[in-house]
Amino acid sequence: MEGWLGPELWQAVRLSIRVSAWATVVAMPLALLTAWALARWAFPGKQIVNGIVHLPLILPPVVTGYLLLVVLSPRAPVGGFLADLGMGFAFRWTGAALAAGIMGFPLMVRAIRLSLEAVDPRLEAAAATLGASRMRRFATITLPLILPGMLAGAVLGFAKAMGEFGATITFVSNIPGETQTMPLAIYAFLQVPGGEDAALRLVIVSVVIAMGALLVSEWIARALARRVAGA
Amino acid sequence: MTVSVDLRHRFEGFTLAARFEAPAGLTALFGRSGSGKSTVVNAVAGLLRPDHARIEIGGRVLADTERGLWLPPEKRRIGYIFQDARLFPHMSVRQNLDYGRKLAPVPPGRAEFDRVVGMLGLEGLLARRPARLSGGETSRVAIGRALLAGPEMILADEPLAALDEARKAEILPYFERLRDELSIPILYVSHAAGEVARLATSVVAIEAGRVSGQGSAAQILGDPGLTPLGAREAGAMLEARVVAHHADGLSEVQAGGQVLWVPRVDRPEGAALRVHVRAQDVMLALVRPEGISALNVIPAVVRDVRPVGADGALVQLGAGMAGAQSTLLARVTARSVSALGLRSGLELFAVLKAVSVARDQAARPD
Repeated sequence: MEGWLGPELWQAVRLSIRVSAWATVVAMPLALLTAWALARWAFPGKQIVNGIVHLPLILPPVVTGYLLLVVLSPRAPVGGFLADLGMGFAFRWTGAALAAGIMGFPLMVRAIRLSLEAVDPRLEAAAATLGASRMRRFATITLPLILPGMLAGAVLGFAKAMGEFGATITFVSNIPGETQTMPLAIYAFLQVPGGEDAALRLVIVSVVIAMGALLVSEWIARALARRVAGA
Repeated sequence: MTVSVDLRHRFEGFTLAARFEAPAGLTALFGRSGSGKSTVVNAVAGLLRPDHARIEIGGRVLADTERGLWLPPEKRRIGYIFQDARLFPHMSVRQNLDYGRKLAPVPPGRAEFDRVVGMLGLEGLLARRPARLSGGETSRVAIGRALLAGPEMILADEPLAALDEARKAEILPYFERLRDELSIPILYVSHAAGEVARLATSVVAIEAGRVSGQGSAAQILGDPGLTPLGAREAGAMLEARVVAHHADGLSEVQAGGQVLWVPRVDRPEGAALRVHVRAQDVMLALVRPEGISALNVIPAVVRDVRPVGADGALVQLGAGMAGAQSTLLARVTARSVSALGLRSGLELFAVLKAVSVARDQAARPD
């Protein structure tokens, strides 16, 4: 594929996959925890937490990107502190992953929460009477039953991350090789005369990756559902 | 090993205050729906924490809220058989059975696993998933899973309530075997008099969150003041013995010195069994009725007449020969009480429309 795309486009494809994979992998445990809290716990301010989680879904992505910039730019206290530790986000690929993860987060939480709410807590109670500790109940009962939901969330989050544009370009700009993911590259190519050919190639790659991810997840989800339903 | 339970819990508009002891054998928690029976077993299992509780199994304290002690369910070693079975859908029958077994402090060995599987007839089901089990099979796996967790006590919360009559008849014998073969106490929640009559070694009657009586199945089911379901389900429990089987499909049994004819029972001659006669199924006659289809007509003496509701009465009868007297109950209308002049000491005949024998459903020999 690299030959067909050339090094410049290939770089954007590789970066996109890296950014999206990191965004999904890092967001998953947090999304699981958040979904668990929203589905199972009663605590004051639950609706506010729910609202904040969903905010990236309804805010213009540019606003999300700008807010990230305000908090995490090297001139801001938090961003400066992280930059001193060598963990700065601004204008780096990690920032692109952060923006992508934040944009996909509500989709992941939603998918996991739905599957969690479908798990009968009475099964966990039954496991408890059989001697299973809290951790074991989670690992042996709840986790296998919500795995299809987690997978669906991961695919949604990954797809969202692959397509993320507004927050990324606002927060970390459009730096080839560092923060220029596929959508940003497509945009950049369309800005210059004669760039349509390169843009089209990236569009084709985007469609193929998206379709591939969808098919693989459908296949895994079906296998998992079979395992859970025991048919 | 004895279980002692002392609970207090305040719900909205309802206070549970139950205190009882359950000896070895099967103790039935008997009461109508909403009387608090399930709350009691869930508290014993540790799934529900009442305001106040002291629960002890053979000297091992599971809960004592006065001292702030509350063991979580996984530390209680209680085998809970749920009404809805709650098998793990993503595991095979074998994995379900092994779930608690592997977590037991002293895991039941291979031989014990085979014994339980054999007793419950699960050999052919081990590789299956719960979704592909019938209702009766599901119940049997649930029983096996609880047994194999190596429990110190068994709880069963209306384990038959979700099953149809045929499946109930299939599962009941397994509980009889548990009662007879296990050395650990079984606490069995039920609102069905027939189940209680057949299974219970001892009965705790629960009414509106309180223990209204405790005693043998005969005592509780035979006393309209104690039977939580009231006169409708009240009835007499008689200890009987099979005398002979006859060619016309009937069996002759003897209860309290009195011969009774029942549909053929599947027990050898001489075998002991329990007979349940519901108060609703007993008619009274001042003279011995002739030309009547009912097979069981028994001379009896009225011991007590107790009004029930606005228009009915429950009549307590002594039947059979002196020295082997058994108690029968008859439900009649207030009009019949005055028409027949029913009073203590009156001699009359009890016509038994139905006698159920060791089967949950009533058998009707008329």
